[in-house]
Amino acid sequence: MSSPLLEVENLRVSFPTHSGRVEVVKGLSFTLGRERLGIVGESGSGKSMTGRSILKLIRKPGEVTADKLRFEGIDILDQNEKQMRAIRGARISMVMQDPKFSLNPVMTVGEQIAEALVTHQKLGRKEVQQRILDMLVAVRINDPERVAKLYPHEVSGGMGQRIMIAMMLIPEPELLIADEPTSALDVSVQAQVLDIIDDLVTRKGMGLILISHDLALVSRYCDRILVMNAGRVVEECAAGQLDKAQHPYTRGLLAAMPVIDETRDELPVLDRTQWAGT
Amino acid sequence: MTTEQPALTSPPPEKLTSKRTRRQISAVATFLVTLFLTFLGLLAITFFIGRVIPIDPVLAVVGDRATQAQYDAAKIAMGLDQPLYMQFISYVGNVFTGNLGMSVSTGRAVAADLSRFFPATFEMATLGILIGVAIGVPLGVTAAARQGSWLDQAIRVVGLLGYSVPAFWLGLVGLAVFYARLRWVGGPGRLDIFYDGLVTPITGMILIDSLVQGEFDIFWNAVWHIVLPASVLGFFSLAYIARMTRSFMLDQLSQEFVTTARVKGVPERIVIWRHAFNPIRVPLITVIGLSYAGLLEGSVMIETVFSWPGIGNYLTTALLNADMNAVLGSTLVIGAVFIVINKVSDVLYRVLDPRAR
Repeated sequence: MSSPLLEVENLRVSFPTHSGRVEVVKGLSFTLGRERLGIVGESGSGKSMTGRSILKLIRKPGEVTADKLRFEGIDILDQNEKQMRAIRGARISMVMQDPKFSLNPVMTVGEQIAEALVTHQKLGRKEVQQRILDMLVAVRINDPERVAKLYPHEVSGGMGQRIMIAMMLIPEPELLIADEPTSALDVSVQAQVLDIIDDLVTRKGMGLILISHDLALVSRYCDRILVMNAGRVVEECAAGQLDKAQHPYTRGLLAAMPVIDETRDELPVLDRTQWAGT
Repeated sequence: MTTEQPALTSPPPEKLTSKRTRRQISAVATFLVTLFLTFLGLLAITFFIGRVIPIDPVLAVVGDRATQAQYDAAKIAMGLDQPLYMQFISYVGNVFTGNLGMSVSTGRAVAADLSRFFPATFEMATLGILIGVAIGVPLGVTAAARQGSWLDQAIRVVGLLGYSVPAFWLGLVGLAVFYARLRWVGGPGRLDIFYDGLVTPITGMILIDSLVQGEFDIFWNAVWHIVLPASVLGFFSLAYIARMTRSFMLDQLSQEFVTTARVKGVPERIVIWRHAFNPIRVPLITVIGLSYAGLLEGSVMIETVFSWPGIGNYLTTALLNADMNAVLGSTLVIGAVFIVINKVSDVLYRVLDPRAR
């Protein structure tokens, strides 16, 4: 493995509430090379906040601290807004959850993709147009000229998510964070979208952080997996070795996964008393 | 709404154009028909009001010393002996030929009165709403973009003042400070007295008429006079517009697509104006349209304080004198203003929101 793309050490994200600050990420550490890392966890486990803090997108009054948060040697926490803007999109990008909400309703698909590109590169109109069409083809959209002129409400969820991917990959970033990229989609198109992400990430040698609550999906598309619970990493393992997981939370999640042809009437419920101190 | 068929194969271009033209023509036709029907509805309402209000229009004309014979003659002359639907038809006919009857209180034709008073209100209201939008919208956007900062608080205080300060008080204080003391603006009235009646009314709006006739002295004098009342009106609509803009913006700024724009590395200024502001243009148009319509009704307070010969004063005087024709005529004009503003908003929605097309 080459030198790490991303180093995270003791990352903490907290928000003030009426009863004092609440930490949603409590000392997360990991390093990422040009590989595919999956972060799995239930709702509220802090996985999305981890993704957003890498992009420094936690808005005030949220607070991010870390002993180390370095992307290619750049200290993310040290960067000012202007320096961050040069990194966002261009070097680290993020595919969001639901294209129904994450695409601007009053801009055409083409305009939104173009914006992602021209924010970082000065290009002629013709060239921009060509890059957009190429990118749309790369995410397997067959008639890119027509789709580029559509508004988000005129496309399906699966197509919306492919447009999202096109938009996030067009400036050719080195790291892509995919935050639940398929949880708003029909099962039938989930694999299609993930295949596209997988294909493009592998082909361009990018790093990928796939955030999901779906263990099976993450183990299929990632090299390494972090299992998060209540703001902490409870398990870290290679995707193939998930069945050898140690932590009771991971074991519980695995046990709760239904298998085709099984005869269990009832799936087991997580017994949180085994690990949770709170 | 026409639903578009998803075109699997694009049709030949000439067919597409003719289809689009046909759709546009039918849209315009629908628009005109609904406009006409809405207006007819308005006429029915003013007509109905004219019949149910317990004022005898005949008596108002002949006076209470008239004999029964004179009264009956007048009633026939006014067409009030006809059945109701005939009266309505002749009323509609009259309105469309510009005959709104005579005003008892001014002794002139109501149509002539309105063509004098309404432009005065229109001029002031338009300038007022322009000020309100030009300042209120950026204030609201800024407040939302810096939610919780001192700037946000300051803007909120300005808005609160706009809500709670009485119009006549602000008008009087404005006159006392900017006219009487500082001499920055002109006093009450639309022009200084020695300019009065020098421009021939074309539109009735002095600012436009004087420019058209090349009377720049009069133009500047009119500006000098209208600035203060229009600013006072503008301040009130500004307060409302800024408050609504702020709340719409806050709603948008928490949307996912705004985060998407930030993820792309788009500068904050563009995030705010292109991504958060553009989608709120549609609800803002409703807010602005309604405030504008409210201003066009005329503000009796402001018109009285500034001796402005506007429709608010005219309508109030007419009401107090039981001057039915003038009341109905003014109501009709104000109703028509609401219809037009609503229709214009509808058109703008479609221009600004692809989902409404």
